[in-house]
Amino acid sequence: MTLRTKWSKGKILFAMFIPCLLYYLIFKYLPIFGIVVAFKNYSLYRGVWASDWVGLKYFRLFFSGDDLWLLLRNTFLLGFYNLVFGFAAPIVLALLLNEMRLRVFKRFVQTVSYLPHFISNVVVASMVIVFLSPTGGLLNRMLESLGIGSVNFMADPSWFRSIYVLSEIWQHVGWESIIYLAALTAIDPALYEAAGIDGANRWQKIRSITLPGISPTIIILFILKVGSMIEIGFEKVYLLSNPATYASADILSTYVYRTAMVNGNFSYGAAIDLFTAVVSFVFIYSANLLSRRITGNSLW
Amino acid sequence: MNEKKISVFSIVNLLLLTAVALATLYPFIYMVAVSLSGSNYVLKGMVSWFPRGFNLDMYKLVLQDPRIMHAYVNTIVYASAGTLVALVVTGLGAYALSKPEMLFGRGFTVLIVITMFFSGGMIPTFLVVKEMGIMDTLWAMVLPGAVSTWNLLIMRTFFAGIPRELEESGKLDGLSDLGIFARIVVPLSGAIFATIGLFYAVGLWNNFLNPLLYLRDPDLFPLQVILRNLLLAGQAGAGDLTAAKGGDSVIVEESYKFAVILVSTLPILCVYPFVQRFFVRGVMIGAVKG
Repeated sequence: MTLRTKWSKGKILFAMFIPCLLYYLIFKYLPIFGIVVAFKNYSLYRGVWASDWVGLKYFRLFFSGDDLWLLLRNTFLLGFYNLVFGFAAPIVLALLLNEMRLRVFKRFVQTVSYLPHFISNVVVASMVIVFLSPTGGLLNRMLESLGIGSVNFMADPSWFRSIYVLSEIWQHVGWESIIYLAALTAIDPALYEAAGIDGANRWQKIRSITLPGISPTIIILFILKVGSMIEIGFEKVYLLSNPATYASADILSTYVYRTAMVNGNFSYGAAIDLFTAVVSFVFIYSANLLSRRITGNSLW
Repeated sequence: MNEKKISVFSIVNLLLLTAVALATLYPFIYMVAVSLSGSNYVLKGMVSWFPRGFNLDMYKLVLQDPRIMHAYVNTIVYASAGTLVALVVTGLGAYALSKPEMLFGRGFTVLIVITMFFSGGMIPTFLVVKEMGIMDTLWAMVLPGAVSTWNLLIMRTFFAGIPRELEESGKLDGLSDLGIFARIVVPLSGAIFATIGLFYAVGLWNNFLNPLLYLRDPDLFPLQVILRNLLLAGQAGAGDLTAAKGGDSVIVEESYKFAVILVSTLPILCVYPFVQRFFVRGVMIGAVKG
């Protein structure tokens, strides 16, 4: 079929795609090219194109400053802890749910555990802050009744990562277990019967049938998570952090927000945005390479 | 045979899963109890499961607050307009991409998937929205989130699974591709539109970053921004609240905050039990693909 006949047959289909195409061009590709402001001295009045070129000025500023290492360390560590603990939790929950024989109870726990996934970050962050408040917060009241003094959790940088990771697990563990539950249903029940006849107990069945059965899913999701490890959602970190905890809570994206939106230095913000994009690409690329070597599966 | 061993395992499992359910639900139970209790019970820390000194004062305070009600209306407008626009754009685009005869279909798919790995970042995107001149308008809430790549791919997979014979009959009747989509495909796809629509609606309801970046006019602020200001930035000082109540009783900040949280989350809490199976189905369709 020539392009011409293809076009006459497909022009309506193409027209239907235009709004979607415009969306990707304007809101996804234009910003990728708009990153040139990182090499300019962006002025709100002159706009992106008329602003003066400054070359690598903002990159030099960023690489020579003290903030770079703190931000990289905070972003990397927060992502790393979130990966290690946040990744295992849904697998454990899925295994526990899978072993639950009381159908109604299983459904109840599932339904309940998905719920926090739909609560906004603003609400979850507020709940965390009120529950951990040193003046009458639920947790501190419990600590006091146990004879331990109250702790000012939200003002102490050493607590920030634990609080963030725990709140992420609370919010998403149920939702992320769905995918493993789906993989579990695909395991052939005959395998369990055969193992039962051979006298295998429940632990042995989990170890030799269930885990190997879902390991392809585990590996693929793990690679995806490693790839997006440093892409930590801005909202919750921004909402949970405050100047007292910046030593551990300030990450690349919150720093970009403050630099550009609060202090008005858009070009500096864009330079750090570009740096972040490069670092996360390195992560995705390495994760993909690793996956191809180990499993033969890869994203591209 | 080994029924005894199984029961030990089952009991531990039952306890663990009960703990999971409690850890999820208890914060909500506690918030409901505290927000409905008398302030002296709350101050003494005597509320744990059930309200004590039951009263609706906090809810009256919240529901009479014009800032919250105004933001509520804004959020409903943004969420409904945004969901509608997103469903139209995503639905049409996903249908076009699901057809093998789509011109440059593969090329466009690659173009779209690339954006899952590369993005310009917060500031360049902000500058695009700003230079378009849509800051402080409804469009700034609706357009930047009009397509989620994940939702687009889920819909494309769903449309690709519709038997071609159904669409061929439409072609014989002289319908165009758009006609086939509107008359045949959409009526068959109620479940997927409901699922994706819910994903978009929840995303829009909960979004905080976009209004933080793209809205400056306090009259346009949606619920999440007002919530942040009330709950986290401490704009509702105790003096403010006592004045609102006429100073005749102590207002406990905690009860007030919980009432605000519950009022703002109520739509999701109420609708959730009935729609959660749609959400789960959405994940399943996505999982089969990935």
